Amino acid sequence: MPLDTITPFTPLASTLGGIMIGLSAVMVMALFGRIAGISGITTGALPARRDDWSWRLAFVLGLIAAPLLVLAVTGAPVAQTVSGNLVAMALAGLLVGFGTVTGSGCTSGHGVCGLARLSARSLVAVLTFMATAFVAVLVLRHLL
Amino acid sequence: MRILFGFLSGLLFGVGLVVAGMSDPAKVLNFLDLFGTWDPSLAFVMGGAAVTTFLGYRLVWRREKPLLLAGFEVPRRNDIDRDLILGAATFGVGWGIGGFCPGPAWTALPLAAPGTLVFLPAMLAGMALATLMKERRTAGARA
Repeated sequence: MPLDTITPFTPLASTLGGIMIGLSAVMVMALFGRIAGISGITTGALPARRDDWSWRLAFVLGLIAAPLLVLAVTGAPVAQTVSGNLVAMALAGLLVGFGTVTGSGCTSGHGVCGLARLSARSLVAVLTFMATAFVAVLVLRHLL
Repeated sequence: MRILFGFLSGLLFGVGLVVAGMSDPAKVLNFLDLFGTWDPSLAFVMGGAAVTTFLGYRLVWRREKPLLLAGFEVPRRNDIDRDLILGAATFGVGWGIGGFCPGPAWTALPLAAPGTLVFLPAMLAGMALATLMKERRTAGARA
């Protein structure tokens, strides 16, 4: 795990970014009639899976292009600290991939779109993944 | 049209993640670190996104169908099953270890940090494995 990096509290920028994420989710519903859940979009981005895959693949490419657009507009590199512990990151990736497909959603599908639909399933999912994430960080940063 | 607007939607989502700071795993992990360097910013991301989506969905659903596809396809299930709980719990542990959920993992790709380049393929492998297991079970249930 990386040493604890202090990050500044950014309520305004975070609310603004959140509104942009929400607008994107509304766009996806208005255009495609689907939930903007990134795990579902990722698994549905291959031609073999579903017939309406092309917008999903384009959506993922848009996600990848986003930091480059921000860099081009602001000239400032995107702040990012990623753990260099590759074994931990491989394990994390497996758990995130396996868990989001098994649990039918992630932070966006359950967290943003599910809560906006007032879905009980999504509320349970959000409370569950928040709880285990808090515990994981508690154990890794303070108990080990 | 689908490809263009799919791309633009993803771009807006990704810029939102970057502006919000959620594209930085350090910020995510600090949100999850209640007893250490706690940074509550992500609550504002989730709040801003969920409220905007709540209001926007209600406007959109006044239409009969979406603009580019035949109909709305919104999850209708209401049951709380074992997969939902176990899957969400598993996802949370991975999120707490790496600080990445699927969206920010994609936006991190062009910065090409070694941790990202390991996380993303592992995430796709985990997704493929879970999809395979789900399909096996439905095939088994049908047989």
